[in-house]
Amino acid sequence: MADEIDAEREERELVEALKAGDESAFATLVERYHPSLVRVARSYVGSEAIAEEVAQDTWVGALNGIDRFEGRSTVKTWLYRILTNRALTRRDRERRSVPFSALAAEEIDGDSAALDVERFLPADHPQWPLHWAVAPQTWAAGGEDRALAAEAREVIDRAIDALPPAQRTVITMRDIEGFSSEDVCNVLEITESNQRVLLHRARTRVRAALNEYMVDQ
Amino acid sequence: MTPHGCDPPSLSCRDLVDLVTDYLEGAMDPATAASFERHAHDCPPCLEHLEQMKLTVRAAGGVSDEAITPEARSALMERFRDWNAGRGG
Ligand SMILES: [Zn+2]
Repeated sequence: MADEIDAEREERELVEALKAGDESAFATLVERYHPSLVRVARSYVGSEAIAEEVAQDTWVGALNGIDRFEGRSTVKTWLYRILTNRALTRRDRERRSVPFSALAAEEIDGDSAALDVERFLPADHPQWPLHWAVAPQTWAAGGEDRALAAEAREVIDRAIDALPPAQRTVITMRDIEGFSSEDVCNVLEITESNQRVLLHRARTRVRAALNEYMVDQ
Repeated sequence: MTPHGCDPPSLSCRDLVDLVTDYLEGAMDPATAASFERHAHDCPPCLEHLEQMKLTVRAAGGVSDEAITPEARSALMERFRDWNAGRGG
């Protein structure tokens, strides 16, 4: 906690230096955030090249808006909000751009198919209602190493690419970039419970993809 | 919880799978969390599922920290200098 406060204080100092035109402050922030901004942008726009452009535009937007940054949010939240706006605008160029919260709500309602339903016995089963119909296949000993191997990385990345968009962004921020749920909710302006629904669906699908790889040996 | 201790809700295997993210996120009330843990402790397939979800999260996070490319860095520094010059810096 103290570390977090120190880190936040340091970032605010960087932003103050940046307001004064300090190039090294900009270089520090860029080193720290640019690769992550590109990965999060990629969750919206689907192409590496466009994600790079969106991340670069984010920095320009941040510079142009820096005199209005008053520290009501963290530097991180501020940057990723700019990114989210730019990425959604870019993605929806032909349509009217909707805020992430609307996208999330739409996806939560529209993607209501219960996950993993075929894995369970029905609620009216005489003996074992809602028990496993097919028990999960065990991920063998050594599963940890296998799950962390480069091949598994490809399986996971493909599974994330195939997710509906709001799920893709939430799992990218939470599980790949290591954001807290609070930070994700602040950046995307969604409720904790919607964030959790999206994360749950995303992780469930990624587990299923990883399962095929883990038991196929 | 009442002083007499209401029975915590009993969870089906299906419930456990539906609630696994709430559990991992610490978004459960203590009685439900205790019930969740008791079920997982006594039910090997549910325990296996819980472990698989945890490993999935760890595996998703196993991305090596990429550094910024030199091209991106120089493009950004150039944009910074343009911006700074534009505001008379
Ligand atoms: Zn069970």
